[in-house]
Amino acid sequence: MTPQGFAVFAEVLRAGSGLAIGPDKLYLLETRLAPILRAEALRDLDALALLLKGGGRPALTRAVVEAMTTNESSFFRDTTPFTHVRTQALPALHAARPAGAKLRLWSAAASTGQEAYSLAMILHDLRPLLAGREVEIVGTDLAREVLARAREGLYSQFEVQRGLPVAMLLKHFRKEGEMWRLAEALRGMVRFQEANLLGDLRPLGRFDLIFCRNVLIYFDPPTKARALEAIARQLAPDGRLYLGGAETVLGVTDRFAPVPGDRGVYALAGASAAAELVRA
Amino acid sequence: MARLLVVDDSKVVRKVARRILEGQGFTVTEVGDGAAALAACRAALPDCVLLDWNMPVMNGIEFLKALRAEFGPDRPTVVFCTTENDLDRISEAITLGAQEFIMKPFDEAILLGKLAEVGIA
Repeated sequence: MTPQGFAVFAEVLRAGSGLAIGPDKLYLLETRLAPILRAEALRDLDALALLLKGGGRPALTRAVVEAMTTNESSFFRDTTPFTHVRTQALPALHAARPAGAKLRLWSAAASTGQEAYSLAMILHDLRPLLAGREVEIVGTDLAREVLARAREGLYSQFEVQRGLPVAMLLKHFRKEGEMWRLAEALRGMVRFQEANLLGDLRPLGRFDLIFCRNVLIYFDPPTKARALEAIARQLAPDGRLYLGGAETVLGVTDRFAPVPGDRGVYALAGASAAAELVRA
Repeated sequence: MARLLVVDDSKVVRKVARRILEGQGFTVTEVGDGAAALAACRAALPDCVLLDWNMPVMNGIEFLKALRAEFGPDRPTVVFCTTENDLDRISEAITLGAQEFIMKPFDEAILLGKLAEVGIA
């Protein structure tokens, strides 16, 4: 591919999803965009770059961005953040909020839904503690295709074995052919909608807990800072942000501070009193 | 490091499981049926049994019942690893005292994830 062609893809991906790609990712362009080349009957990536240049093909641009977005997900991924939600964050938020106040949770790169549904399973278990308090879970992603899958709540045998304890499988899933369907009650607890972390997040409203895990690693530093700034505006003063194990806010933004002793958990900087409330 | 007993009548499955488990530093013993597994447990109780369902001589469920009757409800940890994948079968295994359940085919991530889930690391 020509350097000019590569530059077109780099700009389309940066603008569309924040994804930062270097020349070492050429193989990813070749493998993931091959189906689009076939569908559009194009001879190579340079031909596709020509179509994308100038922004006159929004549907094609979107297809390229979606194809290049990594959508790996699993239930209760990395375990620890979900244990924190179950044993610390939700009990503390429930104790801190007045009766009747709704709690809102956001899975900010929901992919095929496993993260949001893991939170739903925790909330289901915590119903006695929450004593009828309303909790809303919102799952967002920029890729429509994965959101459609998320809404279905239908997973392969491999997917339901990654991170999902068998007790949860027995409690919440039913077999449909060779696939596994999440119970309607849990699917109904999550609302999935399209959103771009680099777009206007204000319509989503304010959240008490935000999961934005393994997303920022694909962004360049300015884009990470921009996304974290936007996320900070959507987080309640005593809320919590959960990032992936390889991600940090240090050196990227001063809007968040790590919660001491809880790796991967962040509070709004300057909200120390509120932070202590949730730690208690 | 944990000691695992792999019980499966397929040499291929035993070989794959052994390679994955030994790669993590586990000590692995393998047998081909439930009766041999019970004898192995009497000789030296492992920390965890990775257990197939359908086997000659004594199947996985028969072994599990005998194991729990002889050694109690908690030790060793039992993780089924079988082509059985109906909810009723999974429920039966858990009710009889298995702690986790792997549906074949499995891969390294699933096997190690399930072991971590039951505290075998």
